[in-house]
Amino acid sequence: MRDVAIIGVGITKFGELWDRSFRQLIAEAGTKAILDAGISGAEIDALYVGSMSAGRFVGQEHVGALVADAAGLSTLHIPATRVESACSSGGMALRQGYISVASGMHDIVVVGGVEKMTDVAGGEATNILAMAADQEWEAFFGATFPGLFAMVANRHMYKYGTTREQIAEVAVKNHDNGMLNPEAQFHRKITVEDVLNSPPVALPLRLLDCSPISDGAAALILCPLDKAKEYTDKIVKIIGSGQASDSLALHGREDICTFQATVKAAEMAYKQAKVTPKDINVAEVHDCFTIAEITAIEDLGFFKKGEGGKAVEEGLTARDGKIPINTSGGLKSKGHPVGATGIAQAVEIALQLRGEAGKRQVDDARVGLAHNIGGTGASSTVHIMEAYK
Amino acid sequence: MSKAVSRFWREIPQRYNLIGTRCTVCGRVYFPQREVCPYCRRSSLGKMEKIKLSGKGTLVTYSIIYTPPSQFEGQEPYAVGIVELDEGPRITSQIVDCNLDDIKIGMRVKAIFRRIQEDGYTGAIYYGYKFKPLEEHESKRKTG
Repeated sequence: MRDVAIIGVGITKFGELWDRSFRQLIAEAGTKAILDAGISGAEIDALYVGSMSAGRFVGQEHVGALVADAAGLSTLHIPATRVESACSSGGMALRQGYISVASGMHDIVVVGGVEKMTDVAGGEATNILAMAADQEWEAFFGATFPGLFAMVANRHMYKYGTTREQIAEVAVKNHDNGMLNPEAQFHRKITVEDVLNSPPVALPLRLLDCSPISDGAAALILCPLDKAKEYTDKIVKIIGSGQASDSLALHGREDICTFQATVKAAEMAYKQAKVTPKDINVAEVHDCFTIAEITAIEDLGFFKKGEGGKAVEEGLTARDGKIPINTSGGLKSKGHPVGATGIAQAVEIALQLRGEAGKRQVDDARVGLAHNIGGTGASSTVHIMEAYK
Repeated sequence: MSKAVSRFWREIPQRYNLIGTRCTVCGRVYFPQREVCPYCRRSSLGKMEKIKLSGKGTLVTYSIIYTPPSQFEGQEPYAVGIVELDEGPRITSQIVDCNLDDIKIGMRVKAIFRRIQEDGYTGAIYYGYKFKPLEEHESKRKTG
């Protein structure tokens, strides 16, 4: 296997972007990444794009060719592949691109992610997202997506004594970080009281525990490490890539509070990267709901199982804490255009490792991790990256 | 969006009567039915037998839903939980016939047959299981 580098990153503003279309968003992210990498575009050998449900959100399937076309690559006739894995579609697209470069099959590869969620009404968007759950045996009986994560929260509180306030602290921290990210959907400071007084969605979770409905896109340019210097001196090396799966339904798990797909994907990535959780300086984790960040920082090995809530409360995951989590604002504040999320997380880690994260820059960030899950953790990807000189 | 009735019809034995499968190699019980035991895999092929479940179980976790999917509008707030059946499998279901404040993790529950949802005004009416609290005298776990 060859070593693989990220040589370019691009991201759009995230939010309710009513004047921007699906194809405009991914074209903007892709061209930004091409400009950042210093390539002309003609060198591109292949494209992978993550999109959860373009068919239901904008009535358009066949997204691989569409994205290549929208990005001005149709005359290159490159292989263009759409990757779907619910909310982890972006992380999966990154992994597919990584494998294609590492294997020697392709040299310059664009990996992107995009979702345009506001072309349908809010209720319909919720129904589409619920398709990441088990339709026959969860959703049919009245379970909603927030409801499933609420069940994780209730069990975590019951088993470990995690408090409702500790869970709310995740949203407060991520909104604090989002204030410093110009591309974030929300630039609004919130308090624990705001979270606890927001309207109930699926108790114990409330509106401010939930990531929003968003439009947005992100892209990366991948290249063999030994060719990266031909294009740029801002090189980020991918040192570990992991992917795993689990039962589709939450009720299929032995432990409701542990997402084994994340545990296994992390083991795979740590082993390949030859690092441990202690070596990670900054991480983007999948906080689709506040409780998901708490289970993620436990499953990734940053904290012991059951101690995630306490860690957040004590500020250990803040920008100046022991392990800064979701400096971008996370899905909660930056926004969660589902197919784009996994790529956007890698963009944030690359910017941190390049020292280009502006006001939210973490001191001495050398090794970073991006963690993306699909559904209630039935799919998970973990990527570990390192600043390369 | 209307769906073909066959999609519901083929699940009727499981949803109406709580029929699961048991792996005769390792003895594990599954609901919904599985064709292959995820522990015994190849050696379980052709050795999964149908089993009628008691419908009694214990609540593992739950949530009170305030923003329902469109088919459940008007029922909110309602409770959905994960029940561990006495035979082992866990299933997702509404918890009904009790005060929402009385629902607790660890409570004993039993399955009842109820209308779940309908496919618009002209589509099929879908039935299946919901769970309600077990009365004191019913709640003894089956042993042996």
